[in-house]
Amino acid sequence: MADPVEGSGAAAASLPFEDALEKLESLVERLEDGELPLEEALAAFEEGVRLTRNCAEQLERAERRIEELVGEGGEWLRRPADLDEEDED
Amino acid sequence: MSEPSAAAGPPVYSVSQVLAGLKGLLQDRVGRLWVSGEVSNLRVPASGHAYFTLKDDAGQLRAVLFRGAARRLAFDPEDGLEVLAYGELTVYESRGDLQLIVQQLEPRGRGALQLAFEQLRGRLEGEGLFDAERKQELPAWPRVVGVVTSSGAAALRDVVHVVERRFPAQPLLLASSRVQGAGAEDELAAALEALDAQPDVEVILLVRGGGSLEDLQPFNTERLARAIAACATPVVSGVGHEVDVTIADLAADLRAATPSAAAAAALPDRERVAIRLDRDARRLVTAGRRAIERMRNRADAGAESLRLQAPRERLAARRGQLVAAGRALRREIQALLAARAAGMAASAGRLETLSPLGVVARGYAIVERAVDGAIVRRAGDVAVGDGLRVRLAEGELDARVEAAREASPSGSRRS
Repeated sequence: MADPVEGSGAAAASLPFEDALEKLESLVERLEDGELPLEEALAAFEEGVRLTRNCAEQLERAERRIEELVGEGGEWLRRPADLDEEDED
Repeated sequence: MSEPSAAAGPPVYSVSQVLAGLKGLLQDRVGRLWVSGEVSNLRVPASGHAYFTLKDDAGQLRAVLFRGAARRLAFDPEDGLEVLAYGELTVYESRGDLQLIVQQLEPRGRGALQLAFEQLRGRLEGEGLFDAERKQELPAWPRVVGVVTSSGAAALRDVVHVVERRFPAQPLLLASSRVQGAGAEDELAAALEALDAQPDVEVILLVRGGGSLEDLQPFNTERLARAIAACATPVVSGVGHEVDVTIADLAADLRAATPSAAAAAALPDRERVAIRLDRDARRLVTAGRRAIERMRNRADAGAESLRLQAPRERLAARRGQLVAAGRALRREIQALLAARAAGMAASAGRLETLSPLGVVARGYAIVERAVDGAIVRRAGDVAVGDGLRVRLAEGELDARVEAAREASPSGSRRS
């Protein structure tokens, strides 16, 4: 008997890209094996669609995410980076 | 020339006077000069002063390099080294030795920095610091990429451009440091250590643009090499131009020819990933469609016999699952149609045309019992007069069973 298909809809949205892709691919493999009963196959398909969409969204993101480590009071803090476009070299 | 005779009163000097006189003569007439020769008999006792002999084919000259001057050297003097020595020629009176007090020492045939580089490389290599076994693999999907470089430098701009091309959403964490000048290696090491301490930084780029050997000097220090070796996070170096190889490059887990190459090595490529994702989506859809068709085939062939196999409770649980599956599928149809309307045409549209829901769109329907939403698979699941809900690709029908005919044992399909 195939393993129950795990994962809830809420989880799919917040997975890091690598994990979402891996989960999608193992899910597809299970679906391809052909051993799942109908309802599990449908749930797997639905989850697969959510994961695919999650990955596609992350790939489409175009905004930069650049921060800078700044030393303050003996600690390192993260700040949004202010990228200086001037050439100092 | 008359023979000297003590009685006639020629000047007689003591040994000390002779030596002092010679010393004074040298001071007045010779002073400081450059001498070339080969280092031999090098001794460096605890005092830190270096005593050696400069020699050539025909003679030798004692020399001393005092501790202060020795510490200023970029390289280590060693026996056999051909050098140019600048210093003061004098007499070491208590021993009566001619001696060169060396203030400056340079290797002949190579620059001091070049020699220092070779000596350091040899030493660290001997310790195994550059061994291939020590190199760590880069993660395929780093959560955060750390970057050590001078802020505002061309190297940083190069890295950011590569990120934008390959994976714009990749989080970067910058740690600024001077990349040349005395003491820059301490700042570089501190920036490296700070990034290494951040748990989500999974690869670190150490980059700077091209420059002279002097400019690159901080990247040829033992301090930075050991900091790189001690770094638990993999380090990719991209220092200088293609032809420059620094000690930092040798110590890094991966050496890239330039800052851009370093960034490219650390980042996943969005285009390749998109192709892979598209392939996965196709497989998902194909597999989903096949699953439904298989189910239909089995139901038609009468291969399943739920009611006969399963006890009452399990049957009820199965029905519950079918209800949930039916609802999920319904939501999915709605979600996909909505997504297409919202403009995510590429992925959603493709999914819709190929999906099991495409099967539905081709005229097949999903039939549920009105009373509990259970999916109807076999004629035996319903009785005459039962209400049905028929889900089409667009819209639903309320229907009622007028007659029900089981499939014959031979498995012929009802048309």
